[in-house]
Amino acid sequence: MKGNEAIAEAAIRCGVDGYFGYPITPQSEVMETLMDNKPWETTGMVVLQAESEIASINMLYGGAGCGKKVMTSSSSPGISLMQEGLTYLAGAELPCLVVNVVRGGPGLGTIQPAQSDYFQAVKGGGHGDYKLIVLAPASVQEMSDFVELAFDLAFKYRNPAMILSDGMIGQMMEKVEMKPFKPRWTNEEIAEMHPWATTGKPASRERNIITSVELDPNAFERFNLKLQAKYKTIQENEVRCEMINCDDAEYLFVAYGSSARICQKAVDLLRAKGIKAGLLRPITLFPFPTKQIQSLAGNLKGILSVELSMGQMVEDVRLAVGQSVPVEHFGRVGGVIHSPEEVVEALEKKIIGG
Amino acid sequence: MAIDIKEIIKPENIVYKKSSLLTDNVMHYCPGCTHGVVNRLVAEVIEEMGIQEETIGVTPVGCAVLLYNYIDIDWQEAAHGRAPALGTAIKRLRPDRYVFTYQGDGDLAAIGTAETIHACNRGEKIVMIFINNGIYGMTGGQMAPTTLEGMKTATSPFGRDASHDGLPIKITEIVATLPGTSYVTRQAAHTANSVRKLKKALKKAFLNQKEGKGTSFIEVVSTCSSGWKLNPVDSNKWMEDNMFPYFPLGDIKDE
Amino acid sequence: MAKVQGAIEVNEFTCKGCSLCVEACPTDVIRLAKEVNAKGYNFAYMFDPEACNGCSNCAMVCPDSCITVYRVKLAETA
Repeated sequence: MKGNEAIAEAAIRCGVDGYFGYPITPQSEVMETLMDNKPWETTGMVVLQAESEIASINMLYGGAGCGKKVMTSSSSPGISLMQEGLTYLAGAELPCLVVNVVRGGPGLGTIQPAQSDYFQAVKGGGHGDYKLIVLAPASVQEMSDFVELAFDLAFKYRNPAMILSDGMIGQMMEKVEMKPFKPRWTNEEIAEMHPWATTGKPASRERNIITSVELDPNAFERFNLKLQAKYKTIQENEVRCEMINCDDAEYLFVAYGSSARICQKAVDLLRAKGIKAGLLRPITLFPFPTKQIQSLAGNLKGILSVELSMGQMVEDVRLAVGQSVPVEHFGRVGGVIHSPEEVVEALEKKIIGG
Repeated sequence: MAIDIKEIIKPENIVYKKSSLLTDNVMHYCPGCTHGVVNRLVAEVIEEMGIQEETIGVTPVGCAVLLYNYIDIDWQEAAHGRAPALGTAIKRLRPDRYVFTYQGDGDLAAIGTAETIHACNRGEKIVMIFINNGIYGMTGGQMAPTTLEGMKTATSPFGRDASHDGLPIKITEIVATLPGTSYVTRQAAHTANSVRKLKKALKKAFLNQKEGKGTSFIEVVSTCSSGWKLNPVDSNKWMEDNMFPYFPLGDIKDE
Repeated sequence: MAKVQGAIEVNEFTCKGCSLCVEACPTDVIRLAKEVNAKGYNFAYMFDPEACNGCSNCAMVCPDSCITVYRVKLAETA
């Protein structure tokens, strides 16, 4: 199964209520698979092709405001169009899932894979001080598994979540073990579980208002502080990462998604040469595994952040270790994908020899 | 006087009173603003139909952004122009609910044109209320897509020049051409008679939704005293003389 | 013939003195007060109560829902 198809299958199985999307390469298979499956006849899931990514993300806002599990998927240029909606969703504290199957930019760029939307994904992306919960799958299995995980986290913290994938994982075919079907929440369950949702105002409660506007400066400062406290809690409790050959590592790759797969091969090549290399693969990009990287820093002679970008995540790696360990970046861009050999060479040149 | 006024002012003699769905919050609108009348009528229709518990409203960006402070129902506040996208999802995910959007001319007919047209074209089973006063009120009186030719605003200080800005858009006529709309009408709220007609139109629109008909779209040609720099009474006169000839009142489509 | 007598109550605190009710009244019942309310508006009041027939036109056009309208039928007069 393709990564993009796994997203669609997982969405139906984990009881998603609505998907609203707009076609863009390299992720159109998500909506195509959903339409093919006709989940409205089985689970009752709504699947709607919107007139634009702007409309899609605002449909998510409307659906999320009703306490429904809603999602969309797109690729980089489309995700840029969604930034306005995402900041409103974050400002109104609404849960939802946005899948970004990243392609190379800037501009219309290329339809080939890239990881150059890292900043946009983890630093907010739209206006204002906010964060998305960002998950980075490195396999088709994780594309599938992270749909449910993303919704769990999104509802736990009332915050939009993003799966930051790339064209390689979206198009790649692997075996997947699908999770069993979970029924969609009933309207009664939603009213019970999400008392903030606009479900129609009964006499028994005050009216619910989903909004991100607050004109009183002091109240809005308090709200922003509350958001920051939430992000701190997420940072403390929800970091996920995978450490491969890190125990005795002197050289560390930090890489996520498809770059992590390539780095895993690079670690094997280096180990065969007797070089003690390891890989730390962030699974959550926000929250970033800062402490986990710090915990390794004492033994390290150098870190190479490997990304299909001109160097974005490398800034967070540097923030984690400060001046204590040399940190360099390596990455190919424009749709070019680095080979394990190139990565090995980069480590040898930039870190070991440097 | 044949009867003491105290004998008249008794609960049993009430023929008109404020809707119980209107909150005690004092509306932030300027004196004489049409928004207040339309807000009130929406509350009255929801109250009379007994659908408070089943209604979800979507407010815009613009003067009506704080509409949720006035009517005691569940609300969502949309980004500028996006109310029809929210309304689409809410109605699709909660078909058991009455859903309506409430937008101004800049919101509905400029920045949100795509959302407006495509929601109507899909025939979303929602009520769309469109306040057209030919100006951006909240931001301080700039030119709107519906600003009349020659009309002076903060961004058309010498009057709207059709050769530069085009003529005002008749979005209501446009959505009437779309097969998804079932009821498209243009109303006003400046006289008691027009208010009564508008209320009938609003009720019809909500009943259409109950019957599962396509989009009901109600334009209300409105005033903006502050933006037009006229007092409320003169604004009504100016609207009759200038807005109505370009934006004629009446039903455009009723299927 | 049966005659009706109306009356209105204006919420002086929420009235913004827009005058639309004054304009809408067919029997010229309403005027704006010389005094102002807490917000500084000259609020509407019944200047000529006897002329009120309770038609509710004032309440129809009031943007701030300030007006409550009452009406009674008076006994037939010769």
